[in-house]
Amino acid sequence: MRAFTTLTGRVLVLEQQNIDTDQIIPARFLTATDFNGIGEDLFYDWRFDKDGNPAADNRLNQPDARQSPILVAGHNFGCGSSREHAPHALMGFGFRVVISSQIADIFRNNSQNVGLLPVVLDKDQHEQLLTMDGDDITVDLGKCEVSTHTVDGTEHRWSFSIDPFARHCLLNGLDRFDFLMQSDAAIRAYEARL
Amino acid sequence: MSASESLFDKLWKAHVVQQQTDNTPAIIYIDLHLVHEVTSPQGFDTLREHGIKVRRPERTLATLDHSTPTLPADSEGRRPYVTEQAHRQVQKLETNCQEFGIELHGWDSPWRGIVHVMGPELGATQPGMTIVCGDSHTSTHGAFGSLAFGIGTTEVGYVLATQCLLQNKPKSMRVNVDGELPKDVTAKDLALNIIRHLGMNGGTGFVIEYAGEAVRALDMESRMTLCNLTIEAGAKAGMIAADETTVDYLRGRPKAPQGKAFDEAARRWLEFRSDDNAVFDEEIHLDANQMRPAITYGTDPGMSINIGDNIPQASNTSQQKALNYMGFNGGQSMRERQVDVVFVGSCTNGRISDMRAAAEVLRGRKVADHVRMLVVPGSEAVRVQAESEGLDKIVIAAGAEWRLPGCSMCIAMNGDLVPPGKTAVSTSNRNFEGRQGAGARTLLASPATAAASAVMGRVAGVADVQSLQEAV
Repeated sequence: MRAFTTLTGRVLVLEQQNIDTDQIIPARFLTATDFNGIGEDLFYDWRFDKDGNPAADNRLNQPDARQSPILVAGHNFGCGSSREHAPHALMGFGFRVVISSQIADIFRNNSQNVGLLPVVLDKDQHEQLLTMDGDDITVDLGKCEVSTHTVDGTEHRWSFSIDPFARHCLLNGLDRFDFLMQSDAAIRAYEARL
Repeated sequence: MSASESLFDKLWKAHVVQQQTDNTPAIIYIDLHLVHEVTSPQGFDTLREHGIKVRRPERTLATLDHSTPTLPADSEGRRPYVTEQAHRQVQKLETNCQEFGIELHGWDSPWRGIVHVMGPELGATQPGMTIVCGDSHTSTHGAFGSLAFGIGTTEVGYVLATQCLLQNKPKSMRVNVDGELPKDVTAKDLALNIIRHLGMNGGTGFVIEYAGEAVRALDMESRMTLCNLTIEAGAKAGMIAADETTVDYLRGRPKAPQGKAFDEAARRWLEFRSDDNAVFDEEIHLDANQMRPAITYGTDPGMSINIGDNIPQASNTSQQKALNYMGFNGGQSMRERQVDVVFVGSCTNGRISDMRAAAEVLRGRKVADHVRMLVVPGSEAVRVQAESEGLDKIVIAAGAEWRLPGCSMCIAMNGDLVPPGKTAVSTSNRNFEGRQGAGARTLLASPATAAASAVMGRVAGVADVQSLQEAV
């Protein structure tokens, strides 16, 4: 897994609440047997009309979208299906971080497993971030801190909490698989009792 | 066993391989791993990359359901896959199962079906188990008093390789449904009522135990419908403690213990229940007597009303966006809405009792001329049973289509889909934008409501069909 330590980059805001994984990657794109190129289909039905032409007014089609590594999304992001294609598509498009005031359980877990950093902030912090579309912010996983640098000089430093093991694995680019494989003795001992 | 544990506490404790610490999650043993074609290929690739085998092939069970056509093969045996890629995905699972020695209920198996319909039918799903699958509706299996939840593809690989998962213990919630459900209120209506109460994210971070008189009174298929929809409130898993109803359902099923071993297993199963003084992080009580048949009007399963009620006014921009997508105005009557497509099936409502409920409404009636209705049994076993009861003939005589088992129009991966802008009354589980096809508008409801709407050609309850009959 690709390590994540700290990142300064542009924010892209999708304000809508309850963005589900069917929006992130519609089910008809799930028949592939690998994740290669899946970023091209991200939010497909938002980004393209029924004839496959880009929807001009969609935020994700603006020129800076693919250079914006930090997605700030409305409350309860990633609900619905367990498809891991969702975090893969977000990463394939160019995102490294997703920030919301609530992130659905399975999506959060999948994101941590594939190297997309899920960050949950308090409601008022999140609301401020929702107004910072296009701004640069810094997400520091070592310090567990989001910091903003706005034009009028106000600065915010917001700390967030994350599962310590997920943090450890992301910081060091470690695969959880290795941890499980190293636990073979414990698994054997458990199986002996079955 | 200390006497203040919940069912969930007991299930968790029984499966801890290595305790959770401040810095590391617990390692949890998985008793049953269900596999389908969509979320598994990259998991098998992980095994190949590391040069390892499936640790417990006998605890792994596979089927074909999501990408499979529901129309029959042609005279040369060619199945009408929506794309060549969908066909390749199915073939990939066939090869993976062969290579890694996993039992696959493929095209030639009498047990093939939607993974959450098939597991219980085989008796593979049993109380006291931990069950996972790369599918969020794995919560279905909690109906048997097991801890069952959906995982991502990376974790499918972990379970194939180690039969274990890394987990932090979630919080617990008990949802008590007191009283008795009115006769026309099904498990689907009950679930929609609960999700409306909790909200589509009210269960996030929790495992839910359903309890109370109205839950105990449900048969197993209804319990599966209820637990299936737990994920639609954001909860990781839903469960109902095993009782005599559970034991009776499992007796004689092929993968359940047989004879004396069954009685011993049943005794053990019944121990998995919450102690009288068990403590939950949250506990709520709902009154079954107050519940009515429900239908969704928005783009998440929490947005539902009783069939006779009017569409609520939007109270924020996300709700307004949902109403716009659905083509509804606040204050409008639900019964005014014309219906174009009706779908009966899915892991939520694709079981024999669902087929019977739909057929009962369709018997001797016709689907409205402008409505296309698809009835898709959840498994081969359901299809065969339904056909032996003549349900297929009732469906076809009413002008609806009777299909082969699969996920079909619930996820619209196989070519069965709702056209853009059209309204579907669907017995499935998600009314998200585009879930049943790009631009499709989904109203979630029970099989009886779906069939009644098909007959009336607009949103309708069973009572509407009956009063029409009386008027004639």
